[in-house]
Amino acid sequence: MTVNAPALLDDDRGRGVFRVARLAFTCPHILAREREAIFNNSWLYVGHESEIPQGGDFLTRKVAGRDVIFTRGKDATVRAFFNTCPHRGALVCREAAGNGAMFRCFYHSWAFDLEGKLINRPGDEAYAQGTRQGGMHDLLRVPRLENYRGLYFTHFQPTGPDLKTYLGGALEYIDLVLDQSETAMEIVGGTQQYGFDANWKLLCENSIDGYHGLPTHASYFDYVKSKPGSLVEVAIKGRAFDLGNGHAVVQYTAPWGRPVAQAVPAWGEAAAQEVAAIKARLVERFGPERAERMSSTNRNLLVFPNFVMNDIMAVTLRTFFPDAPAKQTVNAWALAPREESAAMRELRLFNFLEFLGPGGFATPDDCEALALCQRGYGSLGGSGWNDISKGYQRDDPQVDDEAQMRTFWREWNRRLVAQPA
Amino acid sequence: MSAVATRSELEDFLYLEAALLDNWQLDEWLALFVEGARYFIPPAGADDDADPSTTLFYVADDYHRLCERVKRLKKRTAHAEFPHSRCRRMVSNVRLLGGDAAHFTVTSNFVTWRSKLGVTTTFFGHHVYAMTRTNDGLCIVSKKTFLDQDDIRDQGKISIIP
Repeated sequence: MTVNAPALLDDDRGRGVFRVARLAFTCPHILAREREAIFNNSWLYVGHESEIPQGGDFLTRKVAGRDVIFTRGKDATVRAFFNTCPHRGALVCREAAGNGAMFRCFYHSWAFDLEGKLINRPGDEAYAQGTRQGGMHDLLRVPRLENYRGLYFTHFQPTGPDLKTYLGGALEYIDLVLDQSETAMEIVGGTQQYGFDANWKLLCENSIDGYHGLPTHASYFDYVKSKPGSLVEVAIKGRAFDLGNGHAVVQYTAPWGRPVAQAVPAWGEAAAQEVAAIKARLVERFGPERAERMSSTNRNLLVFPNFVMNDIMAVTLRTFFPDAPAKQTVNAWALAPREESAAMRELRLFNFLEFLGPGGFATPDDCEALALCQRGYGSLGGSGWNDISKGYQRDDPQVDDEAQMRTFWREWNRRLVAQPA
Repeated sequence: MSAVATRSELEDFLYLEAALLDNWQLDEWLALFVEGARYFIPPAGADDDADPSTTLFYVADDYHRLCERVKRLKKRTAHAEFPHSRCRRMVSNVRLLGGDAAHFTVTSNFVTWRSKLGVTTTFFGHHVYAMTRTNDGLCIVSKKTFLDQDDIRDQGKISIIP
């Protein structure tokens, strides 16, 4: 006998109502289903090629709770391994980042080359021929690792749609960001790793939420206005798009300065000229219409389930994974054109940390809001609904509506329903 | 090198600074800085010579942003700190690293506890001050706060001045 799980979505366009059961944020069984139906079955962001530029470079990262080593071989090929010794399981690499010729597990001193092949083990003569076949003692590679223009993603299933197919409608928006550089985009030094006590899906919503900006971030806008000329006369205006596969974006104009390419008076004359030159090059490369879109519109993009690329006053990449229903870890990076001038780079980083950093004037208040949502779910003892209905009956959902979140939730629900409880 | 300040004088100053922050007397705290002072928190685990123009810091305040940080933290709309969290700062290992009365370097170790809504988090690390002596006494020219934990997963945010 099958027991029907209680419905987690209340999706009724006729009434203009879209609601998500709060159980989705609190229930450990739902997290277990998410691990199977979503994290074990989606392309998940690992890192950017610029983080491991040289042969032998490596970094260690957690992806959906799994420790991985992300490394570039002497042959320049990028690989990812599960960071666990095939012998007894210990972490093989314990450094956050570095450069080397091999990974050595300290427990029994098994060593592996950059391609994961076992190259040394003490007492090797005691091992029978059968243990030398099929790479059974090599480091285990992630089932799939693919990149799109330097953005590396992994998939824990060996077969299924490739990365490009999966990204689908999101590619157009990723390109609008990656095309900002004529050479290559790069991660700027300094990963921001933080966490907070809120379900991971609250950050999916928050990362693309155009509705909370003015109330939650009033003190940020006060700050920006305290500095004459920090904003231009442009309204926050735009709309949301469903990109398929659960991916969604909001694209909108906004009054803040963008290194590529919307100057504000406070940046000064030299920066204004530099931004004008950057924009002129975009026009040459892509024509006036696309150049205008790249320069004057902002994008908050969510690639299902948990990769965020926000092209706002700076570009941030962000990914986050659940540690528990009410706890998540966030990794965030700044992405920038490699050829950017030192002055523009500095403006970009200040733009970033003023708003986006965990010590900024905005992100701490997001963290607080999400933690308070999570805490509020306890009030109704695990029942109740979150409302995501704003703009549901509009044909052109606006940036401050909630269509982009509904896109996420429909895919989330589709995955969970398809996954036997 | 003649001593530009005694340890007990530096300790008195740094204990006063900690007390002002513990008590959320932020205007008085800001008054410890010279005009034009700067305030930094490099990313967790950063080297002492990390540069905010090439590395993404948590905080890199010029004097204007520092003043605005103080102004913001006094508002209801600084949501993460409304109502203000309860904090307590322990300062120790105060050392004068050299310089002259016009410009000298002081370091200290710290542990700061922050408690709010039933959750207590700990920040630990070291401060590096550039200081000067004016007619008003000791003043801070720049302050760098290095968080010596691996990351800020447990803290989540740096909504206080650790």
